[in-house]
Amino acid sequence: MANFDVIVVGGGHAGVEAACGAARMGARTALVSFDLAAIGAMSCNPAIGGLGKGHLVREVDALDGVIGRAADAGAIHYRMLNRSKGSAVWGPRVQADRVRFKAAVQQTVRSQQNLTLVQGEAAALVLEGGRVAGLALADGTILGAGRVVLCTGTFLGGILYRGEERFEGGRIGENAAKRLAAQLRGADLPMARLKTGTPPRLDGRTIDWAALEEQPSDDEGWTMSPLTARRLNPQVFCAITRTTHAGHDAIRANLHRSPLFSGAIAAAGPRYCPSIEDKIHRFGDREGHQVFLEPEGLDTHIVYPNGISTSLPVDVQETVVRTMPGCEAVRIVQPGYAVEYDHIDPRALTPDLQLRAIPGLYCAGQINGTTGYEEAAAQGLVAGLEAAAAALGKAAPVLDRANSYIAVMVDDLTLQGVTEPYRMLTARAEYRLRLRANNAATRLTGLGIAAGCIGDERRAWWERREALREMFHVKHSERIHARELADLGLPVRHDHGVKTLAEWLRFDGVTPDALAPWLGELAASDPALADELAEDAAYAPYLARQDAELRDLRASEALPLAADFPYGVVPGLSNEMVERLTKAAPGTLAAAGRVPGVTPAALSALLVHARRRISDGQQAA
Amino acid sequence: MPQTPTIFALSSGAPPAGVGVIRVSGPAAYSALLALAGRVPAPRRASLARLSDASGAPLDEALVLWFPGPNTATGEDLTEFHCHGGRAVIAAVEAALAALPGLRRAEPGEFTRRAFANGRIDLAEAEGLGDLLAAETEWQRAAALVNAGGALSRQVEAWRERVLALSAEVEGVLDFSDEEDAADLPECFTWNIAALKEELSEWLARPRSERLGEGFRVVLAGPPNAGKSTLFNALVDSEAAITSPIAGTTRDVIERSVAIGGVPFTFVDTAGLRDEEAADPIEAIGIGRARGALARADVILWLGPEGEGPESAWEIAAQADRAAIHPKSSARFVVSAITRAGVPMLKQALVAAARQGLPKPGEAALNARQHARLAEVAEALAAAERLSDPLLVAEELRRARLALDRLVGRATTEDMLDALFGRFCIGK
Repeated sequence: MANFDVIVVGGGHAGVEAACGAARMGARTALVSFDLAAIGAMSCNPAIGGLGKGHLVREVDALDGVIGRAADAGAIHYRMLNRSKGSAVWGPRVQADRVRFKAAVQQTVRSQQNLTLVQGEAAALVLEGGRVAGLALADGTILGAGRVVLCTGTFLGGILYRGEERFEGGRIGENAAKRLAAQLRGADLPMARLKTGTPPRLDGRTIDWAALEEQPSDDEGWTMSPLTARRLNPQVFCAITRTTHAGHDAIRANLHRSPLFSGAIAAAGPRYCPSIEDKIHRFGDREGHQVFLEPEGLDTHIVYPNGISTSLPVDVQETVVRTMPGCEAVRIVQPGYAVEYDHIDPRALTPDLQLRAIPGLYCAGQINGTTGYEEAAAQGLVAGLEAAAAALGKAAPVLDRANSYIAVMVDDLTLQGVTEPYRMLTARAEYRLRLRANNAATRLTGLGIAAGCIGDERRAWWERREALREMFHVKHSERIHARELADLGLPVRHDHGVKTLAEWLRFDGVTPDALAPWLGELAASDPALADELAEDAAYAPYLARQDAELRDLRASEALPLAADFPYGVVPGLSNEMVERLTKAAPGTLAAAGRVPGVTPAALSALLVHARRRISDGQQAA
Repeated sequence: MPQTPTIFALSSGAPPAGVGVIRVSGPAAYSALLALAGRVPAPRRASLARLSDASGAPLDEALVLWFPGPNTATGEDLTEFHCHGGRAVIAAVEAALAALPGLRRAEPGEFTRRAFANGRIDLAEAEGLGDLLAAETEWQRAAALVNAGGALSRQVEAWRERVLALSAEVEGVLDFSDEEDAADLPECFTWNIAALKEELSEWLARPRSERLGEGFRVVLAGPPNAGKSTLFNALVDSEAAITSPIAGTTRDVIERSVAIGGVPFTFVDTAGLRDEEAADPIEAIGIGRARGALARADVILWLGPEGEGPESAWEIAAQADRAAIHPKSSARFVVSAITRAGVPMLKQALVAAARQGLPKPGEAALNARQHARLAEVAEALAAAERLSDPLLVAEELRRARLALDRLVGRATTEDMLDALFGRFCIGK
């Protein structure tokens, strides 16, 4: 029997990050996939990144993950969303060529040390005394490991819907792992059902691109990963079209044939990414809905029409897309469909994404009720690092809401659960001003190095960068008189006194470039770092104000709540609050305050009772 | 886990009184009632019982009430003994309770603290209750009752909803800017922030609740021998004295707190104002204190030469019974402390002024802590109104929400609770 420290089941975005992360930590790791050739497939939208999601990609990359560099390897279109707003909400996004993206992922997993790829169907967990001891494959092979990470996407009871048609399975053409699913059901885990959907894929050769508004790749040189020195592929443009009245009429006339409206699908879908039939039903008065036509790759004609995910029958899909300008003669390559699937209530997980009920079993990705590659990748990374750390007696990087979107997501999932597929939004991060997409390395790479999950290449990059940062700091601390800036034509009053360069950076119109006369050659050494430090300076007053808030947070984080804390005996908590707190089992008072519906009065009651329990416990000891 | 101690205390006024209400709260409240009364009546029903101690010696005939938790004032099991209010009876019942296992006397504020700890009331309500218990005049009581009843908490909730709605609009712009619905903030957005800020400013401009405790400050000023002390006595004599200790009472500045028409006043008699240079060093100190008192005054009654008093002082022609030492051509009031002529009219005018300057009954008033938090909310809104980057607008709105949360006690620290409940007296 082959023995591993960590076994990862599934080769999607979560599985890849989990497996590579665990292996980077030094754990002997196996990645089990039904089809090794499918590892790294993008099953839905060809885009990676975006608002909130771009932050996750940069953070996973800062911890030396796979998705950032693979996105660059596949990128055929770069766009920085929210460019007109403050830099903390900029959202880097790329369109990635599916083939190139997958090739890059495959190349990474195949060259990853400590990682063994195993082709086979995961059939059942091997349990000993309620703990995970390994994994049984469908062919009878047993793999031993004390930690198993499930990254199996929508495999749990996945049903595909297209009009009146039904198919079983996660993606079109792949099997749902039924036996493992049955075992998990048997473990009496809290489960719920969600749905998601995809649009039809179009043949780009049948689109009249000339009739449409182009959206070119932006012409700056930024990349998803700082380790990608420059953009690698020719850049293509996307185009924008819209749905029309005629299309809306066709949808309305056939609503009863959509499983969403016929009652066949009852599960909740995402509010922020509704199907086109949902949009017409709920916002029927709108003139039309924007549709982005995104090329899926350089060597394919397939185009992804972002904005019209649907489960209508094929004939209606055809009618609808042909009412969109530029698509009058378009051919559908693969029709859209909706997927309904089971997920585990993520409140059954501890913050390391381990199931409280089955020690040693970790879950990451869509199985936890999230949607999106980036969300999956980030969870996979957390589960992989934590599982490896636990197996090896090490410590994974300590992530919290003040240092990463990754932790915001894990905290939200494990405390609040989900009522719709969870997608990252910048609004979820209360310390958003310090969590910028462009300072992810500064926030996390050092933690990664300390935990031992950073490879040599990134470590060397990091050390060079830290040396430069030190030089910037020295220069930025120099005190310069307003006169000197004003004489160079900067918008500063002569009598504004003496300030450090860092302080001058807070003034409108004083850009990092404008400081070149004082920075000398340093200015051009690392423009991205110069920009990051300038933003630090600009946000400094806000961050200083948050420090007091963070001190309070740390204080209530210092008050632990046991997993079996008897919420039922605390008077003043409503039944609903007791139920939510019991399900989420917050680890600290601070976490309890983030469980939805917990009122200030209830929180004070908890505070007092938690302290009383602690002091009683000390007296008893 | 050891059981929570059961506490008891006299929760009505000091004996002797008509009735003495002794409250027992905690897990042993039931057994205590059973031990003293021999039986436990139906919940929330007053019932007459003969109380006796452990040896069977009768203590009193009393009304007893049984409130099973958690839907009680403290959130715990609760028993009330409504005894006869004589000192000996109260002392005997208390001694019998103290002899029971698991029972002890309550610390100051402990009943309210348990109500708070058990989620029965939030911080703003607890503070209102603290003010209510300290209230000595009708005016103070009515104002405190509003906060204790949760009026401020409800108002904060309403503000929070409005800030939340504003936040939602900005977050939509930040997170869904690629969708057409939320491309830009609507024009009324800034206007809505301004409107909310204005509303908060009105609240912030209202008299603070501490002013109720301190009373409306009336300072009598003028040169030596202008008749200040005589008028002072005429104003405070025969009025109900308020016993709250007032810091800063000195030999040179005499303060007296009284209630006139239910409104709390503090009258201050100052040392005569003369040139400090002309005075001897000790007198100079007194004059300095008098100037301090003037600075804190709500109304100054000026008994000195016409037009020489502090700005906006009321000109008083005192000693009207004698040939005036300082005759005034347009005095606001002409009074004689000896014959009391004019004194009732002056009092009436003072009461009218105090009603303007003190928190109004029925209107929630803010204490210093609440005022500071609300000021922070207003400041954050002012910044949000000024800023153009939606990211920073969102941060300011988040700060506003945080300050509102703190106002009603979300994330309160233990120190703060200690300070709060230390203000309460035993039995509450």
